Amino acid sequence: MFFIGGGLVAVLYVWAVVGMPLFGSIFHPYRDLAIHAAVAHGTANAVSAVNFDQRAIDTLGEETIFFASVLGAAALLRPSKEEREKRGGHGGAEQVMASTRLAGYVLFPLTIIIGLDVVAHGHLTPGGGFQGGVVLATGIHLLYVAGSYDALERTRPVHLYEYSEVAGALAFVGLGFAGIVIAGAYLANVVPYGGFGHLVSAGTVDLLSFAVGIEVASGVIVMLAHFLEQAIALQGGPHE
Amino acid sequence: MNGVVLVIALTLVAIGGTAVVMTNAPERQAVTLGLYGVLLTMLFFALQAPDVALSQLAVGTAIVPLMVMLAIRKIRGGRS
Amino acid sequence: MSYYPYFVAGWLLLVGAFGIVRSRNLVHAVVSLSVAQSGTYVLLLSVGYQRKATAPVFGSTIKPNLKVVDPVVQALTLTDIVVSATVTALLLALAMQVAKRHGTVDPDQLTALEG
Repeated sequence: MFFIGGGLVAVLYVWAVVGMPLFGSIFHPYRDLAIHAAVAHGTANAVSAVNFDQRAIDTLGEETIFFASVLGAAALLRPSKEEREKRGGHGGAEQVMASTRLAGYVLFPLTIIIGLDVVAHGHLTPGGGFQGGVVLATGIHLLYVAGSYDALERTRPVHLYEYSEVAGALAFVGLGFAGIVIAGAYLANVVPYGGFGHLVSAGTVDLLSFAVGIEVASGVIVMLAHFLEQAIALQGGPHE
Repeated sequence: MNGVVLVIALTLVAIGGTAVVMTNAPERQAVTLGLYGVLLTMLFFALQAPDVALSQLAVGTAIVPLMVMLAIRKIRGGRS
Repeated sequence: MSYYPYFVAGWLLLVGAFGIVRSRNLVHAVVSLSVAQSGTYVLLLSVGYQRKATAPVFGSTIKPNLKVVDPVVQALTLTDIVVSATVTALLLALAMQVAKRHGTVDPDQLTALEG
């Protein structure tokens, strides 16, 4: 049954594909327009310009989707009544190899700095808010890999990250309203453009990138916190 | 030269995707999914898309296999 | 070679759908969905590619010019990756809840949703 449907989809897909421009053609009208607009606003990374300047409203939608899914995962992964009572001594400091611990301690500050660098230079080099945010969140979880779940819990108060996620989302929306106040359009690029290729350039792209970076890093930490709590801390299994 | 690299990368991605789907045990699928994420990253580099490659590497190799392993552990009741 | 990336994207989509249909574990189905979504990344990026063009990032060595690949489809693919990761997370959380309530993650045995 599946093969009939799959075959039909394949036939339609091949029919659509042979009508498209060949792979590697030179006909890209949107590319010409987007590059001109990115250079006019002084942004060296054209993809960040499209994400945070030309189509910033789509990035607002993407961040809202991310925020809503972290909220949904937190709601779905709330401990049930039986699980809350069973919570107690979970896997404490299991034996971690010394080399793993050393690697974790060395890599943890490096990863945080690299994550901040990727977020801050989003308008100059490949990177930006989302990529840097995920690198930051993964860096914090090196504490779990190199140490124990208890160490991670002590240094990662989940409430703090929930507030910072909201702060990031509000910063993004607030910068949009600054666009309305100054230039008359939501999320317009209103900060001075600076020199092309310098750190201070591209207007609001860098600020929006920071807001997105804070929100994504906090969101990933909160989501992983709920997953880790369900899998590691609570030992109540499914009802058989 | 870049054409050869592209053909190889695309073929590896197709084989990797098939391998991920054909792996029946979910805990092994997490490992295969991580490897498939790295293959996708290399394809995105060959297609001149460094932003997308960075994003795919961070998400598809670090976050999604971790969540899959945690979900499997929870579903097994911590006995695996 | 001119249409090969598009066929690879279509193959990934079909293989992912095949995995979802044939799976006997909800987590396996979620991972197969992730593979199907990666087919769309390949399709989007292949549409924007131009032979012998470079990445759409300019610096001191590459002055702004027009012989670059399309940045618009790369921005679309970035959003696609974010949404796909969040959907995967939500589906995994749902699978964990299903396991808690029904004790099984086999789609064939989850008959409470039928009818």
